[in-house]
Amino acid sequence: MRTDGRRVLRITASVAGALLVAYVVLGVQQFQNFLTLGAIYALVALGYTMVYGIIELINFAHGDVFMVGAFASMWIMTVPLGLADRPIEDPIRLAGVLLIVVVATMLLMGTIGVIIERFAYRPLRHAPRLAPLITAIGVSFILQNIIQAVFSPSPIGVPQVFPRVKIDLLGGSIGVLNIFMVIVALALMLGLQLFVGRTRLGRAMRSTAQDRQAAELMGVDINQTIAITFLIAAALAGAAGVIQGLYFGSIQFNLGFFAGLKAFTAAVLGGIGNTTGAAIGGFVIAFIEVLAAQLGFSRWSEVAVFTVLILVLVFRPSGILGQALGERA
Amino acid sequence: MRSSLAAVVALARRHRSLTILIGWALVGALLPMIVLIPPFSTFQGQGLWIGGFANAGVFILLALGLNIVVGQAGLLDLGYAAFFAIGSYAYAFGASSFTGLHVPFWPMLLIGALAAATFGVLLGAPTLRLRGDYLAIVTLGFGEIVPAVFLNADKYTRGTNGIGGVAQPELPIIGKFTFSDSLPFYVTMVVILALVMVFIYRLQESRLGRAWQAIREDELAASSAGVNTITTKLLAFALGASTAGFAGVFNASKLGIVSPDQFGFAVSFTVLAMVVLGGMGNAWGVAVGAFTLYMIQSVLLKQLNQFFGGLHIPVLQNIDFVQYQFLLYGLALVGMMLLRPEGLFPSRRRQQELHGDADTVDGAGPTAETSDALADR
Repeated sequence: MRTDGRRVLRITASVAGALLVAYVVLGVQQFQNFLTLGAIYALVALGYTMVYGIIELINFAHGDVFMVGAFASMWIMTVPLGLADRPIEDPIRLAGVLLIVVVATMLLMGTIGVIIERFAYRPLRHAPRLAPLITAIGVSFILQNIIQAVFSPSPIGVPQVFPRVKIDLLGGSIGVLNIFMVIVALALMLGLQLFVGRTRLGRAMRSTAQDRQAAELMGVDINQTIAITFLIAAALAGAAGVIQGLYFGSIQFNLGFFAGLKAFTAAVLGGIGNTTGAAIGGFVIAFIEVLAAQLGFSRWSEVAVFTVLILVLVFRPSGILGQALGERA
Repeated sequence: MRSSLAAVVALARRHRSLTILIGWALVGALLPMIVLIPPFSTFQGQGLWIGGFANAGVFILLALGLNIVVGQAGLLDLGYAAFFAIGSYAYAFGASSFTGLHVPFWPMLLIGALAAATFGVLLGAPTLRLRGDYLAIVTLGFGEIVPAVFLNADKYTRGTNGIGGVAQPELPIIGKFTFSDSLPFYVTMVVILALVMVFIYRLQESRLGRAWQAIREDELAASSAGVNTITTKLLAFALGASTAGFAGVFNASKLGIVSPDQFGFAVSFTVLAMVVLGGMGNAWGVAVGAFTLYMIQSVLLKQLNQFFGGLHIPVLQNIDFVQYQFLLYGLALVGMMLLRPEGLFPSRRRQQELHGDADTVDGAGPTAETSDALADR
């Protein structure tokens, strides 16, 4: 336990240090963007890393699951809740609304994730590796086109229910919305760590990832474990979708493509299969993107991110925190 | 009658290259005539059909090239459009009023292919060590970077506007490429396709082709048997890229303009769908798959629009079928992978591989042949 405590302390210290550096380098305004983008990329990257960890599939459709999450949250806000596009001033009501939206979106997306796994990936579990990969690309396009058909090909506004209040912090003013988003993201990540590390199902997931056959012999229900992994991954992407909609105010059917690629880069950067690494990778990618924009290269930010991806894969395929994967990578 | 047919088949087996050339000549000659017969003639005029076939040829070429990478060597390349873009821009730089250079068409065809192959090697050399799915992501990233660079480096490429005034070549015998008459382009396309196809069949049965198959089926075993996996994969990558470079030069010369939006992920995805639908590894199947998908996308969906638009059925007449072509491709990819992973026109080897596990693969025939061939390296 003591080493555990020390580890937590060390991680907290380095995270605080990194945040301070980011704050100094980026300035208040860009720091907020960095935090929010980082939270989104980290949440989506967790999904990539978990699914890869357990069935070694790059789930190409995951970026689009995130996009569907953004649309689902928009739909939940406008149709069942009937919210108008104006801030809710009453804090208790606001908290209630946000809770409902986040939870409902996560549940819905989790269900969709399980359905995708059941019908698109499970039948191909023993097929050659190329097959599920191609299926995933197909699923990605199907999701995009369904959203395009149901909603609209052009960008759609998301009700801006969160008041644009700012508070003074560290000599600058930071939006409460940004703080809320980062807290939601961190809470979810912490919850995930606890779930994977401390619960029976989490242990089943870890053992399945290590050796599926051995886990099965020990009585782990493989199908159920994989389904739960997809459920959690999609639910986290759904939460990221809520944040995306609330922060940017408008969403489009194709936003999942680039976001997914960046989040995947984050997962690889952090060491694929490693959840802490994915979270850190998400913030690193967000930092690169925001910094590029700040230096006046916003048009090049995507090129920068993919260059990072290629460089990491070439020189350190196991990522920042990943264990040496050797020929696995 | 029956015996003469058998004799023809046997002859065709023995002279495969000649058969391919004759086959393309027949197809090339028949297609423009078929469209004069109803119902095809009611859709659009012969000129439009020939233009459409020529465009389909570009996609067939792309699909044949991607088939080397995905079908033969089993490497998933998701940024294939990047090489198409490099070929196109190479031609635009080499032969347009924008740069003032006027290199003739045939040398440019080679230069475009070489440029694409060079980038293929540059990208492949460090990344082909990685396992398949990482390669897919790297190529996906590359496929996004290349059009983005052409878009953003607007000093050299005129950004979104693209480079216009690309030279339309005048070829001996075939004639001059013009916007109004696509016949010369069509004829050139058929000739090139026939040659590329012969080349691909020759490759497939060469030592290199067998090495690709070996790597696709079991990389570790292949490398133990003495195949240099990196070089072999790199060659597949470079050859695939150069085919896309060919297609790029052609496309640029036909359209007369190149711009970054012609080379998005949608192109890579479409070509992949064509390869998967046609049957990975089988060149004829891939060609048919590419042709069919292109025709569905460019003719059938528009016809459906007009058809249902004219019927005044409430829901159907408002659906824009062209808009949903990618939904169709997506469904096709998932459906094919689940139900018939070997494609509509499978290569026999690939079929054995994709159904059941390694034990059921017929070990006596081709595998033994492969390992023999590899052993005497």
